[in-house]
Amino acid sequence: MEATREARTARLLCVTHAAEETRALGRRLGALLRPGDVVLLYGELGAGKTCLAQGVGEALDAPEPVNSPSFILLNEYAGRLVLYHADLYRIADPGEAFDLGLGTYTTDGVLVVEWPERAEAALPAGHLALRLEHAGGDVRRVLGWATDARHERLLEALARAG
Amino acid sequence: MRVLGIESSCDECAAAVIEDGRTIRAEVVASQAALHARYGGVVPEVASRQHLRTIVPVVEETVAAAGGWETIDAIAVTYGPGLAGSLLVGLNAGKAYALAKGLPFLGVNHLEGHVYANWLHVNDETRPEPEFPAVALVVSGGHTDLVWLDGHGRYRRLGRTLDDAAGEAFDKVARLLGLGYPGGPVIERVAREADASVTLPRAWLKGTYDFSFSGLKTAVLHLTRERSAPPAPEVARGFQESVVEVLALKTAEAADRLGARQILLAGGVASNGALRRELARVATVPLRVPPVRWCTDNGAMIAAAGAVRLERGERSALDLDVEPSLKLASGPSAR
Repeated sequence: MEATREARTARLLCVTHAAEETRALGRRLGALLRPGDVVLLYGELGAGKTCLAQGVGEALDAPEPVNSPSFILLNEYAGRLVLYHADLYRIADPGEAFDLGLGTYTTDGVLVVEWPERAEAALPAGHLALRLEHAGGDVRRVLGWATDARHERLLEALARAG
Repeated sequence: MRVLGIESSCDECAAAVIEDGRTIRAEVVASQAALHARYGGVVPEVASRQHLRTIVPVVEETVAAAGGWETIDAIAVTYGPGLAGSLLVGLNAGKAYALAKGLPFLGVNHLEGHVYANWLHVNDETRPEPEFPAVALVVSGGHTDLVWLDGHGRYRRLGRTLDDAAGEAFDKVARLLGLGYPGGPVIERVAREADASVTLPRAWLKGTYDFSFSGLKTAVLHLTRERSAPPAPEVARGFQESVVEVLALKTAEAADRLGARQILLAGGVASNGALRRELARVATVPLRVPPVRWCTDNGAMIAAAGAVRLERGERSALDLDVEPSLKLASGPSAR
């Protein structure tokens, strides 16, 4: 179902040519985020999801560099806004993600989720989604789509900021 | 003092009783590695359900082997970092036993526990204690921290990974190469059999004691997509060489520059033979490494770390909560 919706509405947001550019995209995104925003990051191993999340953390003045939360599933950074950074790589059954209560983190901060495909049903229905695709070497195509008006505006603003 | 240590932060459900901070009197480790192997990683919910099943038998068996509850003086339990659901099982069991048996109770930082595996007496009761100041490299599936130790309970984090933990990189690269789980042992074994090695990048992050393994993971991904991809064992060997060289050189350099008297290696990745050899080769001060069995998660290391603080009179309140993203620089008493 998600794939169909994505195919219908995904648009090419930008192309990055190095990890630093992916991080810069994250910084531009971070600067636009408001409490309650949800960002899902799709892409295979090594696509740059954590790199983009690091840029978001920098823009939100996270007190320390954002790193991979694979091991503990969810990390919290108390910056200008609280950044909740989840990584569902280890989730095998979507039911497990409900226990994390990801939907409840979106009131006082922003939620950024890596590997959201592991548990889409447990994630907030309204969100901005970005997909990082390998395009040869260090080049990444970044596709974006939004599922509600609020995140559609965020996507628009991000496209303009690029 | 005889301390019961309980550990359940990830996929091992473990308990041990140690005496005088160093001597193991009883120990039980129930590993879930086989259970998680088919998923290619630790599955959080499976882990905490399994802990629920094993925690009481593991603790009771350990205490019985040590001579019964009347021989136990205090309880030390991991309260972070780790998986919230898994930590909760061990911490609450520890609190319940402390309350029921009227014993002092202390929450222990899991990473501090790994470092204290170097204090355990194993095979050799005459081996002297590690010496301060020391530099400790804690490397595991969830952590890569380089730490300065001035004395018991006095730490300063020098550096850490900016992206993936070293053990996580081993797991993810093993997956990319189709080698299975857990990645550390399988990559080490396959690398040993390789005839050649592929040269892969090294992230030195000069001027810092930080690490980065994400670029290396991406380099492996690119290799596996090439039409004439090199054989997996050669990539595995090149990957291991890259990780090991950076970890060893930066650790040795920190110890040398800061005037450490020893280097302490700790954590699951410390069981990697290539890392042990390379660090021993480049270090300018003596290297201490726990026996392989006490590199991975166990209760004895938690009891050892707890014993030092308990001896000083430190206690945790029974409302102590789990801290999944606890850092090494802090402890229950420091908060």
